[in-house]
Amino acid sequence: MTLQTESNFHQPGKRFFRRYSAGDAFYEALIEMHRDLSDEQSAKANAKLILLLANHIGDLNILRQALEKARSEL
Amino acid sequence: MFQTHENLRYEYRRSPDQDAPATIHHPLIVIGAGPVGMTAAIDAAQQGIPVLVLDEENTVSIGSRAVCYSKRALEILDRLGCARPMIAKGVTWNVGKVFFRDELVMQFDLLPEAGHKIPAFINLQQYYLEEYLIGRMDELDNLELRWKNRVTAVENGVDQVTLTIATPEGDYPLSCDWLIVADGANSPTREYLGLESSGQWFLDRFLIADVVMKAGFPPERWFSFDPSYHRGRSTLLHRQPDDIWRLDFQLGWEADPEEEKKPENVIPRVRAMLGEDTEFELEWCSVYTFRCRRMAKFRHGRALFIGDAAHQVSPFGARGANSGIQDSDNLIWKLQLVMAGKAPERLLDSYSDERVFAADENIMNSTRSTDFITPKSGVSRTFRDAVLELSRNEPFARALINSGRLSDATFLTESPLNTTDRDEFAGDMFPGAVMLDAPIEGTGRERWLIELAGNRFTLLYFIDDAASIDPLLLQAFQALSENAIPVRTIIVAGRGGASQGIQTVIDAQGIAKKRYDAIDGTSYLLRPDQHITARWRGFDHDRVISAVETATANC
Repeated sequence: MTLQTESNFHQPGKRFFRRYSAGDAFYEALIEMHRDLSDEQSAKANAKLILLLANHIGDLNILRQALEKARSEL
Repeated sequence: MFQTHENLRYEYRRSPDQDAPATIHHPLIVIGAGPVGMTAAIDAAQQGIPVLVLDEENTVSIGSRAVCYSKRALEILDRLGCARPMIAKGVTWNVGKVFFRDELVMQFDLLPEAGHKIPAFINLQQYYLEEYLIGRMDELDNLELRWKNRVTAVENGVDQVTLTIATPEGDYPLSCDWLIVADGANSPTREYLGLESSGQWFLDRFLIADVVMKAGFPPERWFSFDPSYHRGRSTLLHRQPDDIWRLDFQLGWEADPEEEKKPENVIPRVRAMLGEDTEFELEWCSVYTFRCRRMAKFRHGRALFIGDAAHQVSPFGARGANSGIQDSDNLIWKLQLVMAGKAPERLLDSYSDERVFAADENIMNSTRSTDFITPKSGVSRTFRDAVLELSRNEPFARALINSGRLSDATFLTESPLNTTDRDEFAGDMFPGAVMLDAPIEGTGRERWLIELAGNRFTLLYFIDDAASIDPLLLQAFQALSENAIPVRTIIVAGRGGASQGIQTVIDAQGIAKKRYDAIDGTSYLLRPDQHITARWRGFDHDRVISAVETATANC
């Protein structure tokens, strides 16, 4: 398995008519999660979010690829 | 400032209505001769409704204002007989580019496939669009436009609406059966009726500068995040006709709008963007803020709100004028049926329901764009910039870049006017969708499928060989055309000659068949506004009639 880098946002049972809609819905929810949080709270929420998603993905090969990409070109 | 366009002043003319002993009654009055009000008036007049338009000014838009017109809006205007000069004059564009810190990170093509009559977008100054609409209005006998007629009072009665109108020669009253309110974002009529449009203000300011220059830039939309010449903010570059370029600069909330509008402050910003060596003249500039809001419903008894009077969005995505034109498209056929006594008044409530649904989609998309373009917090900016950085190499990140999701027709999939599918179909031509265009050939000058539908209910019947159609079926199509609400059938065939009395077109390239996922017998019922309202794998007369009844609130 390699890291999915093509657009992959979707929602089972829901039909999106525009290619951008599912991704935009995620992005909106992500920013909404941070609403009214302090910088410290936001950093903590981001850390928890990464841990939750990492556990869900589980596959260390995938996670290592993502970790590498995230760190490059900062 | 340099001017490429001189606004005509239209004459105020005294109407005999002003000298009448009693209040004169009109079937339909439209308040506001902007793009949306004029579109509605033309559509009504074309559908046989005598219409009076009142406008408080006596000229078209001052400044270029709304410049991006979408495929769907142009398809509607084409049906109204006025898109041709707009497309001829306008700058056609399909490609958008996004830059981050001066580097190209994403490019999109809005109309990647051929086989559509109308381009994805044109850019055209609002004053030209309005002049072409006025030109079309002049051709219609049952349409009258009164300049310098300002509505000062509105009484929305049970049986009629009564208006008081101020003119340079004093006040006079009018009454009408139906009132279309298209008097803009700050709608005085909304105020008179004690109604509200509510929503969210955005705390940011933007500078629009229209400059005249001979530049070698292609006709594309260039959006820049954090460019070196305007650090930390965004800019937009867009071409209009007459060598005019629309420049848009995000200024931030703390900017002083009066100061920023002064040419001595605008010119350095423009020069920084275009380069020291580019010669230009400043033509028009404006500083704007915006809000996203809408009325709770768009029908209030006999008053029907359309365009900015009913709903407002941020400018990202060109969802203002384009959605207003679609409001008109949704409303007028319903109003025509109600006024003709062929549908109950509650059909007009479906105008509100469907266009509130569309307004919510427009507000949602333009709000998402605004939040991406102007992040409201540190963490929001961090994510935004991370998306832009990842987009250099990662396709998924490019798809998340939101520099404005451009206006597109809403899929009215939730509308109770639709007949629920009973058969299986692939593709996007759901009940509630706007019909897709396709190239076709006929015995005359027919070239595009979309030109054949509109203004009335239309049944598209797909078959490979038109010569193989059972004569009994042709009789059934004939019967549909004699229904109380007539349905005109168009046979879309792969080959074969014309069938007696029923228009047959040839889908030589098979594009229509593919776009509609059609096989022999596939039937699509289209509303007068070119939305699909029902579809079947085979033709059944009773089902078609029942779907027409559902689509007109007659059941």
